[in-house]
Amino acid sequence: MKKFLIALVVAVLPLAAGAAGSKGHLDDMDVDLKNQPSLQRGMQTFVNYCLGCHSAEYQRYERAAIDLGMNPEIVAENMIFNDQKVGEQMTIAMTKADAGKWFGNPPPDLTLEARLRGGDWLYTYLRSFYADDSRPWGVNNAVFKDVGMPNVLGPLQGVVTASCSWDDMHANGMRGGDIDPLTNTPLNNCSNVVKGSGELSPEEFDKVVYDLVNFMVYMGEPSKLDSQRIGTYVLIFLFLFFFLAYALKKEFWRDIH
Amino acid sequence: MAGSRNKGNPGIMGWIDDRFPATAMWEDHLSKYYAPKNFNFWYFFGSLALLVLVNQLLTGIWLTMSYNPSAEGAFASIEYIMRDVEYGWLLRYMHSTGASAFFVVVYLHMLRGMMYGSYRKPRELVWLFGMTIYLALMAEAFMGYLLPWGQMSYWGAQVIVSLFQAVPFVGPDLAEWIRGDYLISGITLNRFFSLHVVALPIVLLALVVLHIIALHEVGSNNPDGIEIKENKDENGVPLDGIPFHPYYSVKDIVGVVVFLFVFCAVVFFVPEGGGYLIEAPNFEPANPLKTPDHIAPVWYFTPFYAMLRAIPPLFGSQFPGVVVMGGAIAILFVLPWLDRSPVKSIRYKGMISKVMLVIFCISFVILGYLGVVASSPERTIMAQICTALYFLYFFAMPFYTKMESTKPVPERVTG
Repeated sequence: MKKFLIALVVAVLPLAAGAAGSKGHLDDMDVDLKNQPSLQRGMQTFVNYCLGCHSAEYQRYERAAIDLGMNPEIVAENMIFNDQKVGEQMTIAMTKADAGKWFGNPPPDLTLEARLRGGDWLYTYLRSFYADDSRPWGVNNAVFKDVGMPNVLGPLQGVVTASCSWDDMHANGMRGGDIDPLTNTPLNNCSNVVKGSGELSPEEFDKVVYDLVNFMVYMGEPSKLDSQRIGTYVLIFLFLFFFLAYALKKEFWRDIH
Repeated sequence: MAGSRNKGNPGIMGWIDDRFPATAMWEDHLSKYYAPKNFNFWYFFGSLALLVLVNQLLTGIWLTMSYNPSAEGAFASIEYIMRDVEYGWLLRYMHSTGASAFFVVVYLHMLRGMMYGSYRKPRELVWLFGMTIYLALMAEAFMGYLLPWGQMSYWGAQVIVSLFQAVPFVGPDLAEWIRGDYLISGITLNRFFSLHVVALPIVLLALVVLHIIALHEVGSNNPDGIEIKENKDENGVPLDGIPFHPYYSVKDIVGVVVFLFVFCAVVFFVPEGGGYLIEAPNFEPANPLKTPDHIAPVWYFTPFYAMLRAIPPLFGSQFPGVVVMGGAIAILFVLPWLDRSPVKSIRYKGMISKVMLVIFCISFVILGYLGVVASSPERTIMAQICTALYFLYFFAMPFYTKMESTKPVPERVTG
């Protein structure tokens, strides 16, 4: 029987190895759903920069306000730029039909984008725009080739110039603002931020994108922290109950040989 | 007989028993149902399957209260459940994780039957009812997977329903009849919803009752594969049998707690299961105009999906692959008549049976893996080999079980 189990385990192992597929290089970002200041800043960036074209039609302002530790009234005053109520969902006025005409494809709803793409993908994607005159908006993206979206965060990041082909950048992972901390020189030779062209330094910009993606991960699954909190109690209960159940079984089975 | 016992007793139970065999049923199925005392780890999965069934029914009832079965509203109603319904996220994750858990316990339950020969005479009907449950469960899971109306829901259903298109002559009409439309649409969603929440649960419950009645008629098998009813005491109680309640009810509670620990760890901490339990493309609403790069069914169907892909088309028709895939399930039904060994349990069978069973399990797992990943020429050859080994286990069984030498079977059950 033991041999049989071992054989099964050996057969299953390749599954785990195969699960880690490669999708080009993505920068890691450690999501921290407990960092409320980060999530609040992320929401601020989201409503200011994303919500013009993208909706988040399953996310209510009020729910986000409460979950992120903000007063709903303050959110209503400072983060809602139309006549919506704070209890409503984050919808936009632009119709899908118009958006399709203007951008080629309508900008997708972003409520679940982090669950669809993953935080790492979003974090890398938003930092991988570069100048490309052949594109309608003057930018291309090293993660998403010929994307229809303009570089909305461009004024913050500044102009990024590229010296490699798209395929090279995609393969190496393009991080426009990576600086060697020791020599203070740009790390990769594929692309570079033109110094002084953006409002933020590369580090500050990365932080803005981090906060934004952190918020988008929250938005994808607002129940996550609740789930982990309740789950911890449930597992502790089951762990303790196991000993009771096992003792009961032992007691009943005492006479069975 | 249940009808003639426990009559004329005083009290409330007496009143009931005069009119309904409540006590007799309790005794027949629990307190005086004698199960072999040597059940091991593998015997937990029957009761666990029942637990998961109850979980699916209860969470399903509450999900149905908030779900909107229309192409326009289905996806949004899932997010409504996830965000606005109190503990809706918990109900949904218990249901989605429960679907996978159901297949985990059912596959282990079936493997137990194959190891210890639980399908052999006189338990052929227990096995056949069980196999029919498995078939109904696959239909139930497949139809339920369309309901969230995500990209993978849509395209998974598209691929599976297209299989019927490969049937010669009537294929296209058959597929259209199943969909109720020229492509998967709101009409398909509505009928799948109806079948998922009404028709198939009734079928499943009825089959579970038949499975258990048949089992309790002939009695449970055990890891030694010997009949405990052949050695009874003066009262007609099997010497190696113990009443299911309380002995196995308290033992199964231990199994339930361990199972729930793993189940809840998934539900509360990793409900997507790394993309295997809830696939990432399903967070995007169904779009009939945009085919995903890679369509993979959920893990519990992937062994059969790999077989389908492994079989090359014949005269431009995928029908041979469909036949092989269907045959892989169909052949399990006749297992009781393929095994000709004089012993039931793998413990006393010869080396060939043991090796064949291990090869069968490994092939099944590898096929499951190959069905998840994109295909390549090497992987197709691998899938073909594993498909051949899968069928070899069954086709060669009448021969190797008959010719190999077996070990002597003990008179009474061992530990």
